[in-house]
Amino acid sequence: MGRTSSQKLKNLCTFALPGVLVFVLVVIVPFLYGFYITLTDWDGVSAVKNFVGFSNYKVVFSDSEFWKSMLLTIRYVIFSVLLVNIVAFFFAYLLTSGIKGQNFLRAGFFIPNLIGGVVLGFIWQFIFSNALVRLGKGAGIGIFSKSWLANEHLAFWTLVIVTVWQLSGYMMLIYIAGFTGLSTDVLEAASIDGATGWTRMRYIILPLMVPSFVICIFLTLSRAFMVYDINLTLTGGEPYGSTILVAMHVYNKAFTSRQYGVGQAEALFLFVLVAVVSGIQVYMGKKKEVEA
Amino acid sequence: MENGNMRGREAGGLKKKLVTALGTLVIVVFFIFYMIPFFLVILNSFKQKADILRAPFSFAVKKGYSLENFVEAFTKMNFIRAFGNSLFVTGLSTFFVIVLSAMVAYYFTRAKDKFSTVFFAMMAASMIIPFQAIMIPLVAIYGGQLGILNHRLALVFFHVGFGMSMSVFIYQGFIKSNIPLSLEEAAYLDGCTNFQTFTKVVFPLLKPTTATLVILNAMAYWNDYLLPSLVLSKKELLTLPLSTYMFYGTYSADYGVVMAALVLTIAPLLVMYIFLQNQIISGVVAGAVKS
Repeated sequence: MGRTSSQKLKNLCTFALPGVLVFVLVVIVPFLYGFYITLTDWDGVSAVKNFVGFSNYKVVFSDSEFWKSMLLTIRYVIFSVLLVNIVAFFFAYLLTSGIKGQNFLRAGFFIPNLIGGVVLGFIWQFIFSNALVRLGKGAGIGIFSKSWLANEHLAFWTLVIVTVWQLSGYMMLIYIAGFTGLSTDVLEAASIDGATGWTRMRYIILPLMVPSFVICIFLTLSRAFMVYDINLTLTGGEPYGSTILVAMHVYNKAFTSRQYGVGQAEALFLFVLVAVVSGIQVYMGKKKEVEA
Repeated sequence: MENGNMRGREAGGLKKKLVTALGTLVIVVFFIFYMIPFFLVILNSFKQKADILRAPFSFAVKKGYSLENFVEAFTKMNFIRAFGNSLFVTGLSTFFVIVLSAMVAYYFTRAKDKFSTVFFAMMAASMIIPFQAIMIPLVAIYGGQLGILNHRLALVFFHVGFGMSMSVFIYQGFIKSNIPLSLEEAAYLDGCTNFQTFTKVVFPLLKPTTATLVILNAMAYWNDYLLPSLVLSKKELLTLPLSTYMFYGTYSADYGVVMAALVLTIAPLLVMYIFLQNQIISGVVAGAVKS
C-alpha cells in the first residue's frame, strides 16, 4: 500500500485519519483534559476555573462516601463475578450434554442480556417491591413479605441477583463455545484411561477451559466495575444511600454536587483500580494457560 | 463374557439416561425462573392497576384484560418519536463506526509505520478506561466550551469515538490473518487505486467480521443510557432508554401503563432476536473471543 511518500501521506489521510481523529477527540482528549480538571475547583457552570493544585486528591482521601461506595463496589464485583461465572459454566455444561431443545434454551437464557440495564432494573423493581411482596404475604413466606429494596442489607443482593440474571446467559455462550471446542480425542483418551465424573472435570476439562475463564472473568469484571444503569433504575442508591456503587457516586459528585474536580479525581481512582485488577487477572490467566 | 459386557453397557446407558433426565429437569427449572420476569411484565401489562396490585402472578382478573395501558403508554412516552430517535442514532453510529474502523484497521495492518504502531497501542490501551473516567471532561469540553450537546449528531460522534477501539482491534486481527496480500497486489496490477482496492476487494471480504461488529455495536448503542443522558436532554430528542426512564419517573405508580411501556421497549428487540438469533449469538461469541 503506497509506494511513494506522497502516496503514503494520501493513504494516511484517507484511511486512517478520519477514524483516528474521532477516537482522539472523543477518548484521548477528554481523558487528558480530565487530569487538568482534577487540578481545578470547577463547578461545571462558571466560566472561572481556579487552579487548586492537588487539593482535590486530598479531598478524595477524606471523602468517606467515596470509599464506602468503592468498598461496596468491590464486594458487588466479587459476588457478581463469582456467581455469574459459576452459573454460566453450569448452564453451559448442561446445555452441551445433548439435552433436547438445548438451542432453544440457550437462546432463551441470553435474552436478558439483549435488553438494556434501564429496562431490566425497572422490571425487577416491580418484582421486588410488588410481585414478591404480594407472593410473600399471600403464601406466608416471611423473607418476601417486605420489599427487599427497602432493606439496607437485602437491597445489595437485589443488585447481585439481577446482574447474575443478566450476564450469565452471555457468559454461558462463551463457555459453550469453549466446551464445543474441546478436542474429542483428548476426552476419549481420558475416558479410556478411566477418567470419569469429577476427575475428568478437574484434571481434563477445567484446565482446557482456562482460556474461556480468562475471557469471561475479564468481561464480567469490567462490566461489574462500571455498572450504572441497573443501579440507577433498580435501587437508585436507596435505601438511605446504602447501594450507591462507585459509578453512581462519581456521577453524583460531578453532576449533582457540582464538584467536577473531585468527581474526576475519583473517576481516575476507579480507572487505576480497574486497570490493575484486569491487568493482574489477564496476566494470571495467561500464566495458567501456559501451564495447562 | 459377552453377556456380562452387554449388561454392563445397558446399565451404563441407563445411568446416563438418568443423569441426562436430571440435567434436563434442573435446566428447565432454571429456565422457567429466568423467564418469569418477562412473563410477569407481559401478563400485567394487559391488566388494570387494581388487579395487578391484588394478584400480580394470577391470570384471574376482576376488571378484565385490555389494551388501554398500551394506548396510554404509546402516546404518553411518545413511542414513535423515541423509537425514531433510537433508530437514527443507532443506525448512523453503527454505519460510521464500521466504515471508519475498517479503514483504520486496514491502514494499520498494511502501512506498518510509526503512526500505526502508536495509535494502535493507544486504542488497545484505551479499552480498559471506564466510561466514568471520560464522561466528566467530555461534558466539560463539548457541553461547556463548544456547546454542541443536545444534537443527535453529537451523540453519533461520541458513539463512534467510543466504539472505535474494539472495532479496529477486531478488524485488524481478521485482516492480518485472513486477507492475502497477493489479492491486493493483483488489484493494483489491474489498475485499482488504493481506495478502490479497499472498497471493491478488501471490504467485501471482511463481511463475517462486519456482521459481528454491526451486531455488537448496534446492541450497545441501542441500549446505551448513560452517555445519551449526558448528551440529550431536549424532550424531542430522547432515545428509547431515555424516554422509558423519564416515563417511569412520571408514571411509576400507574403499574399497568408502566408495564405496557416496558413491553413496548422490549418488543422491537425481541422481534429482531427472533429473526437474527443465530447471527446475534455467533456475533456476540466471536466478539468476546476476539477482543
